[in-house]
Amino acid sequence: MRDFYGTALANPLMLGTAQYPSPAVLEAAFRASGAAVATVSLRREAGQGQSFWQIIKGLGVPVLPNTAGCHSAREAITTAQMARELFETNWIKLEVIGHADTLQPDPFGLLQATEALAADGFEVFPYTTEDQVLAARLLDAGAKVLMPWGAPIGSGLGLNNRYGLRTLRAAFPDVPMVIDAGLGLPSHAADALEMGFDAVLLNTAVAQAGDPVAMARAFALAVQAGVVARRADPMAPRDMAKPSTPVLGKAWL
Amino acid sequence: MTDVTVIGAGVAGLCAAYAARKAGLSVRLIDRNGTPGPHGCSWWAGGMLAPFCEGAVAEPVIVAHGQHAAAFWAEVTEVVHCGSLVIALQRDRGDLDQFARRTTGHQRIDHLDTLEPDLAHHKSALYFKDEAHLDPRRALSDLVAALAAAGVQIEQAEATPDDIQGPVIDARGMAAALPGLRGVRGEMVVLRAPEIHLSRPVRLLHPRHPLYIVPRADGLFMLGATQIESTARRGVTARAVLELLSAAYALDPRFAEAELLETGADLRPAHADNVPRVTLSGRVLHLNGLFRHGYLMAPALAAQAITYLTQGTKGDLIHED
Repeated sequence: MRDFYGTALANPLMLGTAQYPSPAVLEAAFRASGAAVATVSLRREAGQGQSFWQIIKGLGVPVLPNTAGCHSAREAITTAQMARELFETNWIKLEVIGHADTLQPDPFGLLQATEALAADGFEVFPYTTEDQVLAARLLDAGAKVLMPWGAPIGSGLGLNNRYGLRTLRAAFPDVPMVIDAGLGLPSHAADALEMGFDAVLLNTAVAQAGDPVAMARAFALAVQAGVVARRADPMAPRDMAKPSTPVLGKAWL
Repeated sequence: MTDVTVIGAGVAGLCAAYAARKAGLSVRLIDRNGTPGPHGCSWWAGGMLAPFCEGAVAEPVIVAHGQHAAAFWAEVTEVVHCGSLVIALQRDRGDLDQFARRTTGHQRIDHLDTLEPDLAHHKSALYFKDEAHLDPRRALSDLVAALAAAGVQIEQAEATPDDIQGPVIDARGMAAALPGLRGVRGEMVVLRAPEIHLSRPVRLLHPRHPLYIVPRADGLFMLGATQIESTARRGVTARAVLELLSAAYALDPRFAEAELLETGADLRPAHADNVPRVTLSGRVLHLNGLFRHGYLMAPALAAQAITYLTQGTKGDLIHED
């Protein structure tokens, strides 16, 4: 498995910490998921969420703070600096939202913020689309990891543009990539890993399930299946049927 | 010699003092701010007695105990027994089905013409007929009056359990600074919209800005409430007001013409599982962590605390320190 700025993860699951029924459920779901990274949003809690952040730190895994809800490079940079201080990490999941309805990334603001943060010593995980041109520019700007979306944030639609994601994966075979956003089901997570992505990041699919702990467990199993399947070198799909037993010599009735 | 001293005259402390008096105990009630007011989070509550709706997210123990809250409150204040409604906009219909799957005690209503004519343009709703609501500020003052009639006055003084001899019920909320207790910020607004008539609280399921609206007397409506993992005590943010008002506008565009009377923000004390409890610590009983269930759960907490004091029985809301 490719590493993330020098950190190898024991498990390709990154789990968000928002929107759970309670911190107790969050903690139980987190343990059940076996997730190797906890993401946490800073924006709305600005400076005052100490007791909640203690719970996140207590999960005992690397924390990936994000700039969720930032609509400009400037906002995102300020949030990233705050996150670095609070969580004592250079990691930042960079979200610069370009459109309020689709929560689609703003490619221009994202590039600008990536450049500024990378120059300032941050290890940037840019939340991006499957656009290859943008991907190349983000890598040039100093990002060493990419986080292409599966589908719009919170939509639960899974991998919306399989062709785009597959070509992105193929275009940058050495770049660690995390499918972030839009995953609704464990099968979506397995799908992403089978396609060769290095990890998946999700939140709503677990937090808003009727039973978040059970769903976390389901995702744990799915990412395990996805990783094993990828390593096992899946068969190539074909258009024609190929019988698994010979037909020659059977009686023609 | 007093049988029990209650510190904190928010909804938890008042209910505890009331239950103690009813059980025949002599009671002292102390609060550093005197009678209930904007200094306490009980002041900012919605006043929904909606255990079944809360069950969509809350632990089952809330649903079980919350069902008895309306009967308690009807003893001391006006309770409106008109049920409550849950509505989703057309595009979020899937959320309504999900809410129905995750709750009990509701029926599907396809026409709101008779039940809530002002919302007849919404085509589908869940009706929780056994739920109720009250006006929290009125409930607090009615409870203060009931206590006064029973000979209990609120003493305005700084006090901690260490200052007091004998059994203490500590109902100070955030001020008690119990280990593991956190603040969850909530923000609300009050509107006057005399054009609009609602008979019961309405919840709007919205993927980003869930909202409830509780009708009060004189054309007033309370809109609530954000739920943010933050202990910031500053006033309502512009964002919160924008979100609450646009959700209200989506429910009924006439809310755009309403008069904005009041905004409020405060912290809900909460334990890690968001379940209120009585924590036993020697002669001190901590009633705390009422989260968003103050009016719904204070009666049950008070009852269990007083039963423990008088009979030594431990109910399911009682935890050892």
